[in-house]
Amino acid sequence: MEEKQTRKPFPTHILVFLAPAAIIYTLFMVYPLLDSLRLSFFTIGEQNQEIFVGIQNYITLFTDTNYAPRFLGALKNNLAFFAIHMVVQNSIALLLAALLASGIRGSSIYRSVLFLPTVLSVVIIGFIWQLILNPLWGVSESILEAVSLGHLFQPWLGLPETALITVSLISVWQFVGIPMILFFAALIGIPEELLEAARVDGASGWQTFWRIKFPLILPAVGIVAILTFVGNFNAFDLIYTMKGANAGPDFATDIMGTLFYRTFFGQQLQLGNPTMGATVAAMMFLIILTGVLLYIFLWQRRIQEIEM
Amino acid sequence: MTTLTKDHTNPSTSFGYRARRALGGIAPHLVLLLYAVIVLFPIFMIIINSFKDRKAIFGMPFQFPNAETFSLIGYETVFERATFQIYFTNSIIVTVVALVLTLLIGAMAAFALAEYPFTGNTLLGLYLAIGIMIPIRLGTVGILELMVNFKLVNTLTGLILIYIAQALPLTIFILSQFFRQVPRDLKDAARIDGASEYRIFTLVVPLVRPALGAIGIFTMIPIWNDLWFPLVVAPGAETATVTLGVQQFLGQFVSDWNAVLSSLTLAMVPILIIYLIFSRQLIRSITQGSIK
Repeated sequence: MEEKQTRKPFPTHILVFLAPAAIIYTLFMVYPLLDSLRLSFFTIGEQNQEIFVGIQNYITLFTDTNYAPRFLGALKNNLAFFAIHMVVQNSIALLLAALLASGIRGSSIYRSVLFLPTVLSVVIIGFIWQLILNPLWGVSESILEAVSLGHLFQPWLGLPETALITVSLISVWQFVGIPMILFFAALIGIPEELLEAARVDGASGWQTFWRIKFPLILPAVGIVAILTFVGNFNAFDLIYTMKGANAGPDFATDIMGTLFYRTFFGQQLQLGNPTMGATVAAMMFLIILTGVLLYIFLWQRRIQEIEM
Repeated sequence: MTTLTKDHTNPSTSFGYRARRALGGIAPHLVLLLYAVIVLFPIFMIIINSFKDRKAIFGMPFQFPNAETFSLIGYETVFERATFQIYFTNSIIVTVVALVLTLLIGAMAAFALAEYPFTGNTLLGLYLAIGIMIPIRLGTVGILELMVNFKLVNTLTGLILIYIAQALPLTIFILSQFFRQVPRDLKDAARIDGASEYRIFTLVVPLVRPALGAIGIFTMIPIWNDLWFPLVVAPGAETATVTLGVQQFLGQFVSDWNAVLSSLTLAMVPILIIYLIFSRQLIRSITQGSIK
């Protein structure tokens, strides 16, 4: 049996417990991330050596005619992608959660069904919707015709004006279950006395929800917002599956994740460029970090002040 | 809305009241049912059509397969052409090994953070928590370089290590909260009996089993479904996971509707079955976990 160490600061057993996690995490997560950030200040020379170029890669990304339009396009699309999730996904999630938390019969069955798409792979979801929306199969068109809206049908995924909205809504369809459960958990956590008091005062269901319940679940709203933000600015799989690395038509569905992939690995006419890829990743890192810091220092602090 | 005050002494019996009450009871069900249909319909369409011949897929997509239209031609193509067995084996190995190691390594670290107030404890906890919010994908350029240096490109080991690193931060964060709730008396009693710290760890771990289960499911789903890392560090035919395999197979057979529908069904069904069994626990643990 192991003998107890007498030297205080760092006994072996603590080291044994912590070392595997610290090593794997540092080696495969922290180090590569820092290394990527470092590489964004370098370029690869002809002898495969790294040459320090300062912020040249960033200047290229923002001004070069090959990079700037793609980068700004991807950024704009990604913001739209995020906005659609915030508005559509999180509103539907709030509505569903409010209904589920109202003590409705069969609540747990509904929850299981509505959560289901989140456990399926994005690749499967992407292909399923590609088939459902495919004009060749005509399933969506038949459904629209059944409610006499057949004339509205268009190959939404293929048109530059509608492709981004369509893939965003498919992503919403898949992930609405996550904010739904988070809102639901927050709603059922509200103490009954508060709601009882509101009823005694004659508040309507609508008033009770917006004046009492909603302010009380603001912490969950913040968590949902930041999870949506991080998830959206890190998204890739759905667009890659449905529209390929070129995020067509004409880059209409290009977001930061697909831009990163193309820049790093190259595409038909352009060779892959690890240092420019690292630069795109560094921009994604900056965007996500800004969101997370805003959340922690502005949102959470305000919430804590309110709660106190 | 006073209908909820449960005022039994004065039950209103007017028609308007009852109608409104009935509507108020049905409307939420209508909304939820409508949304449930929106969720289930696309999945249902893929599964029923995968058992039909090509003519029926296009001719009557909304109908169940019958004696005339039933066909397994898609499945035959898939089993002939695709190496789904390999994909499934790879996915199972990667997911199970990464999961077990994440739970073991994560529990060890979480236990140490919760149990011993050593210098730098808080700092280390914060350091490990950064990874909860920063996606590991952003370090892909560095990861690929590392994989090349370690000769881990196109190996399952490489994927497993990445997934452990990805899952550790949240695992450690949640588990250390659970370990803090384990009563001191129990551990102190064991220490008085001369148990080593390792022995105490093995005594405490079973007490946080519910948390391990929940974390296990959260860890498993993203690993099984991940496309990015198999695509980037292990794209070879020998190491392709189900997600990557399906993606590549579908890319090639995109015009063979029978094969596409069958392979989608094959890729979905195992997850659907597991979900059917565990969905209640899964959702309950997310619900409880997020209240904490």
